[in-house]
Amino acid sequence: MRISVEEVFETVRMTLDHHFDIRTVTLGINLKDCMDRNLAKFTRRINKRIVQKGKLLNKFADSIEHKYGIPITNRRIAVTPASLLLEPLPRTVNTAAKLAKALDAAAKEADIDFLGGFGAMVQKGTTAADRNLIDAIPVALSETDRVCGFLNLASTAAGINMNAVRTFGYTLKELAGKTKDGVGCAKIAVFANAPEDNPFMAGAHHGIGEPDFSLNIGISGPGVVRNVVMQNPHCDLTQLSEVIKRTVFKITRAGELIGREIAALMKVDFGIVDISLAPTTLAGDSVAEIIEAMGVKKMGLPGTTAALALLIDAVKKGGAMASGNVGGLSGTFIPVSEDAGMIRAVRAGTLSLEKLEALTGVCSVGLDMFAVPGDTPAEVLSAIIADELSIGVVNNKTTSVRVIPVPGKKAGDIVHFGGLLGSAPVMKVPKAAAAKFINRKGRIPSPIQSLRN
Amino acid sequence: MARQKAPQICIMTVTGADRVGIIARLANAMADANINIVDVNQKIMEDYFVMTMAVDITKATITMDKIKKQLDKIGKEMALNIAFQNENIFKVMHRV
Repeated sequence: MRISVEEVFETVRMTLDHHFDIRTVTLGINLKDCMDRNLAKFTRRINKRIVQKGKLLNKFADSIEHKYGIPITNRRIAVTPASLLLEPLPRTVNTAAKLAKALDAAAKEADIDFLGGFGAMVQKGTTAADRNLIDAIPVALSETDRVCGFLNLASTAAGINMNAVRTFGYTLKELAGKTKDGVGCAKIAVFANAPEDNPFMAGAHHGIGEPDFSLNIGISGPGVVRNVVMQNPHCDLTQLSEVIKRTVFKITRAGELIGREIAALMKVDFGIVDISLAPTTLAGDSVAEIIEAMGVKKMGLPGTTAALALLIDAVKKGGAMASGNVGGLSGTFIPVSEDAGMIRAVRAGTLSLEKLEALTGVCSVGLDMFAVPGDTPAEVLSAIIADELSIGVVNNKTTSVRVIPVPGKKAGDIVHFGGLLGSAPVMKVPKAAAAKFINRKGRIPSPIQSLRN
Repeated sequence: MARQKAPQICIMTVTGADRVGIIARLANAMADANINIVDVNQKIMEDYFVMTMAVDITKATITMDKIKKQLDKIGKEMALNIAFQNENIFKVMHRV
């Protein structure tokens, strides 16, 4: 059956008026076979592979973008967790920093804007290489431009590594101090239950269970979903779920088609489609505005959690019907600084850190891109992280934290990070929280939910 | 004997204000590039004039990139928005 004018127009309007795009194509690259005891030999090998594949990724993404007329906004690379690659190398912090710089140089040469994977899986404990990597984070992320980091600090199976959570509070403060407005902290996310195939930065890495290469797609259409919600102002919530589902089905199918074609051109495995709704600072491309279009007066007011739960459930159902390869994070991103509606809600006082945390209990994947005063003690940052990760651990889901302690700023100030990262109102947090609890260190044992056999 | 290639259908979508000569101008551009027009439809939707043209680019003498550049030029001259996309994107989005 030939496609009707209405159907064609619906698709064209998605990109023309509602900011539908493929947010990212992320190529996961295994670097384990490049490992060596000699740093120079190792970096030569990884450079060759990253540059070669990165250039191809850009080339083929351009050609598919032309073929289908759907913008592919970002092309990125995720690599094997760097701490693993450091294992055979000299055990110094300097080696870890040099590795970050080698990754940065390769990304630049390949014209890739962000490369993820400078991180470690330390949910249960840290090796010497893991420790060096964590200690190198402030230098590595402040002296490179394109490298992104992650740490998996907790999992449902292992519990929460509170030694690492405690250390990371200090790491963040040090990193913030080394970059303008603390923006370096936007390049690292800490996780509970980090997925191995997440295509979105800052947390992307190519997990150890992955093949040599894997091409993952992050679709995004908050603007498209907002439009369909606005077109249905009077239907009941059951019907609303239905129309969202149908819309997400369509955009997920587009994502899968594009991902599969790029993977075929590159002769690599196709991985997953991540159906997360990822907002941008563009007008209308906002998750908060979807919630408001659903009928909640302002993001953060009572009703928000239920509305968000309905929204993401519908997104998942539409996405799962459209593709057998839905994976990655596939939840809501509600980054404060990157969503105009979120910024307004924080400034209006309707959205607090506490409410953001509650939203992660149902479907949000974490406390993302929020700024706090620069003089927030490390122990308070660690406590915020521990709280957020415990939600993920107990509920068997991914949660993450990307917080920016902005030097010299106080609650209520606005920080402009620029570009994709947007602007963030500095949120109010207490000056003292749980120092004694955090300083006990150790590991919070895995919850009873982990005993499933 | 060369094998007949499967048709490669692209859909051109034109939106903007209706006026004399839109189809003529676009049809000429297609003919110049040896592109066969398979189907044409038009409608007024939500205050938009929308015209879709299905074309077969199998025997086109210029690349898709160049076709798009030409269409951009025509779009600017006639104050129209013209999209040119492989048909498969519509098939996967609108057909189960």
